[in-house]
Amino acid sequence: MRILKPRRILKYIQMKNIKFLILGIFFAIVLSKSQAISWYRFYEMFKFQSFHMFGIIGGAVVISLVFMQLFKSGKIKDINGNKIVPKPKKKGFISTIFGGTLFGLGWGISGACAAPIFVILGFKLVPAIILLLGALLGAFFYGLLSKKLPN
Amino acid sequence: MDFILQPWAWYIGGPLIAISLLLYFYFGQNFGASTNFDTLCSMAGAGKFSDYFKKDWKERDFALMFVIGLIIGGFIAANYLIPDQSIDLNPTTVQELTDLGFSNVGNQYFPDEIFGQDVFLSLKGFLILIISGVLIGFGTRYAGGCTSGHAITGLSSLQLPSLLAVIGFFIGGIIATWFIIPILI
Repeated sequence: MRILKPRRILKYIQMKNIKFLILGIFFAIVLSKSQAISWYRFYEMFKFQSFHMFGIIGGAVVISLVFMQLFKSGKIKDINGNKIVPKPKKKGFISTIFGGTLFGLGWGISGACAAPIFVILGFKLVPAIILLLGALLGAFFYGLLSKKLPN
Repeated sequence: MDFILQPWAWYIGGPLIAISLLLYFYFGQNFGASTNFDTLCSMAGAGKFSDYFKKDWKERDFALMFVIGLIIGGFIAANYLIPDQSIDLNPTTVQELTDLGFSNVGNQYFPDEIFGQDVFLSLKGFLILIISGVLIGFGTRYAGGCTSGHAITGLSSLQLPSLLAVIGFFIGGIIATWFIIPILI
């Protein structure tokens, strides 16, 4: 009988991309359980009336900072043994500030950012479908205009 | 089991989000969520209207699996892991929202005033959601990322565009909550 080594199991899962499915489930549960998808929590955050969301985002950033250093020094490599290099973000003052502000308006009103929209489908199906349709329309408009917009 | 059913504090949620990022990179991909809006547009045939969407969405099969996972995870959390959706809000927040006309503030994750199931019955409710959605989709693509891609991945990898984007997120979020919500509801 062949013994299934953990590495072999990991390789199998990789083939099927099942690991991303499981990670998605995990991430959704983390966001849900820590209330990071709640409209009220984001309202509180933008009103500076609670530490909760600042703690979550700040905590995630600080710990990720450590991970990024470990990626940089090569102490953590990816599943295939390659160096992990986060993609450089596109540069542009107007696009990031102005695009960010537009996103912030939508986030502030609906209390939803990108990943939570998908998570909220499990909570409030119909409103979340409308949000998602809106988001796809918005991305579509951007795609149509992308060459004409200032960066 | 009790721990699973209780709300998780920020010092549990924050690190677990960082671990999600770590795993996403460990699996060989760049952590973020909003590129999926582009991918879904490409899948729906937006390439017919703009070259911007002429991308091979099958290359992002991993991200689509992640999205399916988000939906399944949300469904599991909503139905089995959160027996009580009440939130321990700042009393000032509760008072403020009640004064604005919100009911049952903090008794559940989402206020009925915005997430009520009768959104199709009121044009205003529908418009609030669809316009917010458009702003989210357009804004994240223009800025090149969302809370995951910019605020967490970008800030932690010390990228200047992400700092600018996060400043934008807060400008927009503050305008929305301080000035738009009071006149919308």
